[in-house]
Amino acid sequence: MQPIVVIGTGLAGYGVAREFRKHDRHTPLILITRDDGASYYKPDLSEALTKGNAPEDLVKKPAARMAEELDIEVRADSEVSDIDTGARTVTVNGEALAYTKLVLANGASQLSVPLGGDAVADVHHVNSLADYRVFRRDLNGARRVLIIGAGLIGCEFANDLANAGIAVDSVDPVDWPLQRLLPEEAGRALQSALAEQGVQWHLGDTVSSVERDGDGFRVSLSGGGEVSVDLVLSAVGLRPNTALAEAAGLRTATGVSVDRHLRSSDPQVYALGDVAEVEGQFLPFVMPLMNAARALGRTLAGEDTPVRYPVMPVTVKTPACPVIVYPPRGAAGQWQVAGEAPSLEARYVDAAGNLIGYALTGEATGKRGQYMREAPPVLG
Amino acid sequence: MRKWQCAVCGFIYDEAEGLPEEGIAPGTRWEDIPDDWTCPDCGASKDDFEMVPTD
Ligand SMILES: Cc1cc2nc3c(=O)[nH]c(=O)nc-3n(C[C@H](O)[C@H](O)[C@H](O)COP(=O)(O)OP(=O)(O)OC[C@H]3O[C@@H](n4cnc5c(N)ncnc54)[C@H](O)[C@@H]3O)c2cc1C
Ligand SMILES: [Zn+2]
Repeated sequence: MQPIVVIGTGLAGYGVAREFRKHDRHTPLILITRDDGASYYKPDLSEALTKGNAPEDLVKKPAARMAEELDIEVRADSEVSDIDTGARTVTVNGEALAYTKLVLANGASQLSVPLGGDAVADVHHVNSLADYRVFRRDLNGARRVLIIGAGLIGCEFANDLANAGIAVDSVDPVDWPLQRLLPEEAGRALQSALAEQGVQWHLGDTVSSVERDGDGFRVSLSGGGEVSVDLVLSAVGLRPNTALAEAAGLRTATGVSVDRHLRSSDPQVYALGDVAEVEGQFLPFVMPLMNAARALGRTLAGEDTPVRYPVMPVTVKTPACPVIVYPPRGAAGQWQVAGEAPSLEARYVDAAGNLIGYALTGEATGKRGQYMREAPPVLG
Repeated sequence: MRKWQCAVCGFIYDEAEGLPEEGIAPGTRWEDIPDDWTCPDCGASKDDFEMVPTD
């Protein structure tokens, strides 16, 4: 029997393997990954210092154990370089591998902002456990770190580093942290809470260059400032790894375009997780991919199942000021903010007064359950 | 009372505490939680939880 092939062993790849095996215990399933195939929970990366975890502590199970438990084959250290949808093969480490169905779970990559200076190659990006190992190796002994980007991942790392006693500088052209997700009052609440932990904000500013300077780096800001740090981390956003799909002629937009059955423009090829855009929605978070994995597991086993997205708030792991946000998806409306910082309830309501998004900060995050019941699902 | 842990993210459901936030009362036994319930942190299925051995 020819196998179903999955590219990727992140939460999406292992997620779909786990769900598929609940419905089909016999069809061969091969997962291919260019990393070591260890399973880990990626959100743990930005909480590890606070929780006292070393990178190795974050490994849930090595590849061999995953393969055994799920009765699948995991090909680690294997790069897929090409997809031939006509022949139904993928090229793995230069050799053709036939598939009956193919699942793209090959994730996204961290974007880089253009920077000057002789140390651009030393700027860290963290989007995998492998990246994180390198980051922690270089972090060893660091006392001051500059983070480019005050979005979700930048803020989480800022809080985690601050908790470990490391001074943090955060640089972003926005006016307040998480500006794309939060109304100003909520963003300011987070900003002050992190400032109290020692985070130095450089908002409305950008990094122009990173130069080597002894054992550390000298970072120049466009606004004229200069900061000397031991390490620079960039967290400015993600771009789905669509190159394989594009070269194969599959339809892509921000991510690989799939319908509610996670099916791409080729009916034998599916996608989920950070590489995918489901019905036009690019949601690079764990909850959406878990829901997608549950539906796709059934579909691959022969029971066509559309994905349903319930209310899926995003928890920002900044213990200095916890934030839960359920972003309105492009719909027209306005924020109504109540409470007193740091405990705020921000409701995003449409013209008819219906709640279509929300943000909770500080102690107000305790009302999570109530808001989940009131808000509409992403894809009902 | 037992505890169950999500194999994906590590979230722990403690029968003694329940999940009042989600309307699951303290003392609710694992088998009385609906099968379509999912992990509040990561969305994994109920059957992806493992019992935590009591020491
Ligand atoms: C620091 C951090 C914190 C986060 N915190 C949260 C959070 O709190 N809540 C939340 O919801 N989300 C969070 N996220 C986002 C969430 O972790 C991701 O949405 C999710 O892990 C994506 O999983 P994935 O399997 O789609 O992609 P990935 O984990 O990126 O997996 C991609 C896989 O594809 C493989 N691959 C790629 N290209 C090839 C190729 N050509 N050949 C072979 N293999 C290939 C890789 O080796 C890897 O196995 C966080 C992300 C980061 C970086
Ligand atoms: Zn979980």
